[in-house]
Amino acid sequence: MSNKVFMKGCEAIAEAAVRAGCRFYAGYPITPQNEIPEYMARRLPQVGGAFVQGESEVASINMVYGAGAGGTRSMTSSSSVGISLKSEGISYCAGAKVPMVYVNMQRGGPGVGTIQAAQQDYFQATKASGNGGFRMIVLAPSTVQEAVDMTYQAFDLAERDRSPVLILGDGVIGTIMEPVVLPEMKSDEEVAALKAKNREWAIVGHGRDEKRGYIQPGYWSNDMQEQHCRNLEAMYERWEQNDVQVEELFLEDAEMVFVAYGTSARIAKNALEMLRAEGHKVGMIRPKTLYPFPSKAFDHINYDTCKCVLDIEMSIPAQMVYDVRMAVKGRCPVDTCLRSGGNLIERDNILGKAREILTGGAN
Amino acid sequence: MELNLMVAGFGGQGVMMIGKLLSQATCDSTDYNVTFYPSYGAQQRGGTANCYVVISDREVGSPKPNIVDQLIVMNDVSMVKFRTNVQSGGIIFTNSSLVKSGAERDDVAVVPIPVTEMAMELGSLKVLNIVMLGAYIGYTGLIDENLVLDCILRLLGKKPEFIELNKKAFAMGLDAGKKVKAA
Repeated sequence: MSNKVFMKGCEAIAEAAVRAGCRFYAGYPITPQNEIPEYMARRLPQVGGAFVQGESEVASINMVYGAGAGGTRSMTSSSSVGISLKSEGISYCAGAKVPMVYVNMQRGGPGVGTIQAAQQDYFQATKASGNGGFRMIVLAPSTVQEAVDMTYQAFDLAERDRSPVLILGDGVIGTIMEPVVLPEMKSDEEVAALKAKNREWAIVGHGRDEKRGYIQPGYWSNDMQEQHCRNLEAMYERWEQNDVQVEELFLEDAEMVFVAYGTSARIAKNALEMLRAEGHKVGMIRPKTLYPFPSKAFDHINYDTCKCVLDIEMSIPAQMVYDVRMAVKGRCPVDTCLRSGGNLIERDNILGKAREILTGGAN
Repeated sequence: MELNLMVAGFGGQGVMMIGKLLSQATCDSTDYNVTFYPSYGAQQRGGTANCYVVISDREVGSPKPNIVDQLIVMNDVSMVKFRTNVQSGGIIFTNSSLVKSGAERDDVAVVPIPVTEMAMELGSLKVLNIVMLGAYIGYTGLIDENLVLDCILRLLGKKPEFIELNKKAFAMGLDAGKKVKAA
């Protein structure tokens, strides 16, 4: 492990993006993700990229919309309330099929919320990231290493589908330092080749006889718009078939199954290890993609032994629990274990709730 | 193996740097998983600052544990606020120049090191955190002292005029920590 480095989540994400070929970043400062633009401001000029601190979130996302439309691997990031401001532009990217990657380091609650870590933006991330009913692949890293690997992959996914991809983190993933192995740096030639491939659709200045690039966030004809929506729907269905990422632990004999993502999941996994050491048969489903949601993993639960599926989130009220219930399909009770407001979920919160259910029978 | 450490004090005392150096040295010299989590918020010079280091041979769960094995307190306020967060059998390292309150419990070991005075003896308050890091390593022997020193010089060695000062501060702390341990 000689090539591991000790890096802060935000900086590691930014470096992974550069290595994946990101050459444009625009953003506006907000805690807890300021180290992403700070790092990009220093790093992008070194690789011939461009960094812009926009005058606002709205300006920044529209710069990314423009850069992405030009076929350059582009990125922005913000936190909760800042993402709300960007949602119109994100919807434009989705509607016009402009690839781009963005990061949301979530905070605790509606409005300005608190600046500490929480998971209050699940609905926003997976159900309505802007107007128009579009979806995106939403990646939810649980460690800095995973944040790096997911960021690297996100640019490929975004370009493959010509669609925005969201990395959904929180203040913990953004601010902790952990050992990490960084992915390979794409060479200037590789980055240029990737951009050249986008020429078939990107607005790069085509010759008179060439098929021109055309980026449009809507259609004048209802039938064309309807067809566009059908095409997007077909893409979302392909994601559900091919792009689900999930970690499943001990589902075959579990009396209780934890469901948690991101920071909550690493704490839940810790609680699971303790409970199993005590002889409690606890399993776990950790969605790594929140959309497409790993519904099929819930078919791997043994419902003859499972008394309860426990949804663990740093959100009050619970949000992911709706997807969990849809996937459990009434085969066993679903309960919740929640913290929020910037208070991290504690291992003892999970242990307490789990022991109560395991020893007292299902609710 | 899992070790949870919290470092707390005033902003400006180099609290974050203690945690950062310790976790960086762990990352560089061992195969353990390690996390460094700086508490963030409306901190400023003179306000409170704290950070957490978790070192484990398994995946690290919470990088901000509510109960810790070891606590380093650089000022009195932090002692009073966090002394109950230490696991029974744990250790509290105190900057005894400023920490006048006791642990008020007898199930933890207290290691008093007057780092503010020691740093003043060296001629610069800036290195009080390095004195404390030395004392911590001297007492616990958690990581090879040379590896920690390498790490200090790498991260803080950009200004050559401070290299000697940091070396002296670390050695002074190391010695003090070892003495308390031997006593």
